[in-house]
Amino acid sequence: MLDSKIPEGPLESKWRNYQLKSQLINPANKKKLNVIVVGSGLAGAGAAATLGELGYDVKCFCYQDSARRAHSVAAQGGINAAKNYQHDGDSVWRMFYDTLKGGDFRSREANVFRLAELSAPLIDHYVQQGVPFAREYGGVLVNRSFGGVQVQRTFYARGQTGQQLLLAAYSQLYKMKRAKKVEMFTRHEMLDLVIIEGKAKGIIARDLITGELKRFAADAVVLATGGYSRVFRLSTLAIGCNGSAIWKAHKRGACFAAPSFTQIHPTALPQTSEAQSKLTLMSESLRNDGRIWVPKNKEETRKANEIPEEERDYYLERRYPSFGNLAPRDIASRAAKERIDAGYGVGRLKNAVYLDFKHAIERFGLETIKDRYGNLFKMYKKITGVDAYQEPMQISPAAHFSMGGLWVDYELMTTIPGLYAIGECNFSDHGANRLGANSLLQASIDGYFVLPNTINNYLASALKEDHPTIDHPEFEKVEKEVTDQINKLLSVKGEKTVDHFHRELGKVMWQECAMSRNKEGLVKAIVQIKDIKDAFWKEVNVTGGHQEMNTELEKALRLADFLELGLLMCTDALQREESCGAHFREEFQTSEGEALRNDNAYAYVSAWEYHQGEFKLHKETLDFEYVQPTVRSYK
Amino acid sequence: MKVTFRIWRQENKNSKGQFESYEVDGLTEDMSFLEALDYLNELLVTQNKKVIAFEYDCREGICGQCGVFINGRAHGPHDHMTTCQLHMRSFKDGETIVVEPWRATAFPVITDLIVDRSAFDRIIEKGGYITAKTGTAAEANAILIAKEVSDKAMDAAACIGCGACVATCKNSSAALFTAAKINHLNSLPQGKPEATQRVLEMTKQMELEGFGSCTFTGACEVECPEGISLTNIAEMNARRAKAKWFG
Ligand SMILES: Cc1cc2nc3c(=O)[nH]c(=O)nc-3n(C[C@H](O)[C@H](O)[C@H](O)COP(=O)(O)OP(=O)(O)OC[C@H]3O[C@@H](n4cnc5c(N)ncnc54)[C@H](O)[C@@H]3O)c2cc1C
Ligand code: FES
Repeated sequence: MLDSKIPEGPLESKWRNYQLKSQLINPANKKKLNVIVVGSGLAGAGAAATLGELGYDVKCFCYQDSARRAHSVAAQGGINAAKNYQHDGDSVWRMFYDTLKGGDFRSREANVFRLAELSAPLIDHYVQQGVPFAREYGGVLVNRSFGGVQVQRTFYARGQTGQQLLLAAYSQLYKMKRAKKVEMFTRHEMLDLVIIEGKAKGIIARDLITGELKRFAADAVVLATGGYSRVFRLSTLAIGCNGSAIWKAHKRGACFAAPSFTQIHPTALPQTSEAQSKLTLMSESLRNDGRIWVPKNKEETRKANEIPEEERDYYLERRYPSFGNLAPRDIASRAAKERIDAGYGVGRLKNAVYLDFKHAIERFGLETIKDRYGNLFKMYKKITGVDAYQEPMQISPAAHFSMGGLWVDYELMTTIPGLYAIGECNFSDHGANRLGANSLLQASIDGYFVLPNTINNYLASALKEDHPTIDHPEFEKVEKEVTDQINKLLSVKGEKTVDHFHRELGKVMWQECAMSRNKEGLVKAIVQIKDIKDAFWKEVNVTGGHQEMNTELEKALRLADFLELGLLMCTDALQREESCGAHFREEFQTSEGEALRNDNAYAYVSAWEYHQGEFKLHKETLDFEYVQPTVRSYK
Repeated sequence: MKVTFRIWRQENKNSKGQFESYEVDGLTEDMSFLEALDYLNELLVTQNKKVIAFEYDCREGICGQCGVFINGRAHGPHDHMTTCQLHMRSFKDGETIVVEPWRATAFPVITDLIVDRSAFDRIIEKGGYITAKTGTAAEANAILIAKEVSDKAMDAAACIGCGACVATCKNSSAALFTAAKINHLNSLPQGKPEATQRVLEMTKQMELEGFGSCTFTGACEVECPEGISLTNIAEMNARRAKAKWFG
């Protein structure tokens, strides 16, 4: 069932070999082929624009009012590429190795190599599109380092890298819209997938202004709907981020891979109240110059600046002397949790740690630090009212990124023929933990370079078939199912709000399926989530109607899917009796509290099939031909 | 903390709207302004009423989706801040807070506090890009760009497209938005080949959309969350004049 379709040949030539053998479609025929791209982030906008350039007819969807607002816009830190501009020994091979190791050897060698290989041309591409990356006085591009690696390969545009990349992708998208090759449907949310004779042939989307359900048919469907960490409710993601499109695809037959692999980011702003809707990320790049610490004394009451050096515990530097404050995210988050749980947390709720720039300012001067992180300090001040040039920031771990997602093969096709998943919504390249600045990269590479080169292999055969039309009975049937679900939600008329249930789900997920997990907790969580789900369908109140703009209904539909996805995440975490990357099972750790991986039993990607409310496990064995999995040590 | 919200309610784009008052108790100072509206909406649901529609996504000041008029100012009482970054500590206990949608001919109201800003996308569509297909780029460091030039382009490129500049302008001008994109691209070597066409077509579209003209009051710069400078407009006008007269 899981054929990863990895091309023949040595690692370095696999992608070239693949391209040499893939089918071509002549320009006159491309015009006849329609592709739906759901999502306008880096993955979706990149794919839609490039497919349009190649001559396909593209329809692109997003739920925001403009494609420019996709959550890629929020990425701050940067994007990696193996350019070796800093002459510090970087190479495609090293980047490949860092990424594979960073993911704790739970991803495919061939995919990861391709990611590293295509990274350098991607920077060329973005520069050509006018992205104002940071530069040296001499005019060349600057790099910085990011967590989990020892070379400087991260390109950035102030603290707004995601915004600048997305605006470039968005501008290409609108260029192709002007060329009439892409039709853009903003404020349209995909609610289900339509499959005809076993192949993905269209979607049902809700027009968020009028509430109308609309049918769209195509020769292939590409999902680029981003991450699903809003399942935790509190996360660094935008409020509208959802798992609905991939969840509906999963329920219609697409396998879901490694759903429980979730990255918890170490440097977000701490939660301060129950009403909080979002945890703002402070870019990881801050860890380049900031030092993380907690007081050595649990009962410490002095202000941070009054605590002398010898009474501070720089726990990352202590535990991981060679990587120190730049330890990878999973490790840094877990180390923070360990200190906070042990009672050393700071802040009003004692749920944070300090991130201190005092030494950096002394060493490099205020101006340099301002130049590097000015806008992050400004943002910190806006949100907390505190000037972080004067006293340390308070930071805390937060749900941030989904390594898991729809299972895809080397061509980025899911287990449903004609359905592709690109960007954060697939599982492909990051294994059990993603390295900082590798995800803008993956979303962009999937969208610009990979998908447009693999989809033709499928579309060449679609050319010989009839084009699907929206009056096919399958469209009728799926649309009716969506209508029924909406009506059911509106007719519950209970007493509780959608957010109430989302908070409940979030608490369980954060408690049992986040930074550390154990069997007992996961078993309990599964029961609890089922209860919340039952209660949701009996007690929720969704006011307003469906033939109109209704933001409560939008939330309710997304939560209905998160409630099911949460169950699968816990099931997956329970099944994996080892610790790897972000997946830390308390039962499986070394005496020093580090993750204990089990390559004999678990060197596979879990891929779950949905069958009438049950999940069936399939395994894609990971073969390591080129690197030997080692114990991932950052000490 | 207790406040009274006076909020604009409007069924749809064709209906006439009106203000409605909501007294809300139980807020805290560290809630964000949007979280206070969330809180109010949850109260409305428990009273079986339709919630207030308002916009947001990232809630961290970068996506540009949020934006309402608060007590007569775009994005509320502070300079250079988005609505989602505003916190209740900026208001007094017992205060009445008036909340309205952006008002501009080119931004028609869709419902309640939500307006249609697609005019911005159509301005971008007329040249807010560099024409170069995927896969055709030369080596990145082959194009040298002085740090000052790149920094200046970045200053302009930082625009989040929220529309506060339009909403706050007495002429509902979109000059700051349009200028920011033109200056970002036209100041970079990559943007030069299409520079003339870009400035002419984008400014033309800006006028076609029904945005007013700029009279340099500077109100936009103050409300811009990114603090994009008014000098961008002067620079755009100079580029436009040059393009018109010298091609
Ligand atoms: C705060 C933050 C900071 C980050 N910083 C970095 C960084 O510095 N470096 C890095 O490499 N990575 C970073 N990341 C991760 C990175 O930004 C994302 O993984 C990446 O941008 C995802 O891109 P995407 O195109 O897959 O999805 P997104 O950009 O999330 O786009 C999803 C698109 O799908 C649409 N959509 C979703 N659901 C539906 C639906 N049902 N119907 C219709 N449309 C739908 C949305 O409208 C949107 O257009 C960061 C992430 C966050 C949250
Ligand atoms: S919600 Fe994104 S800028 Fe306010």
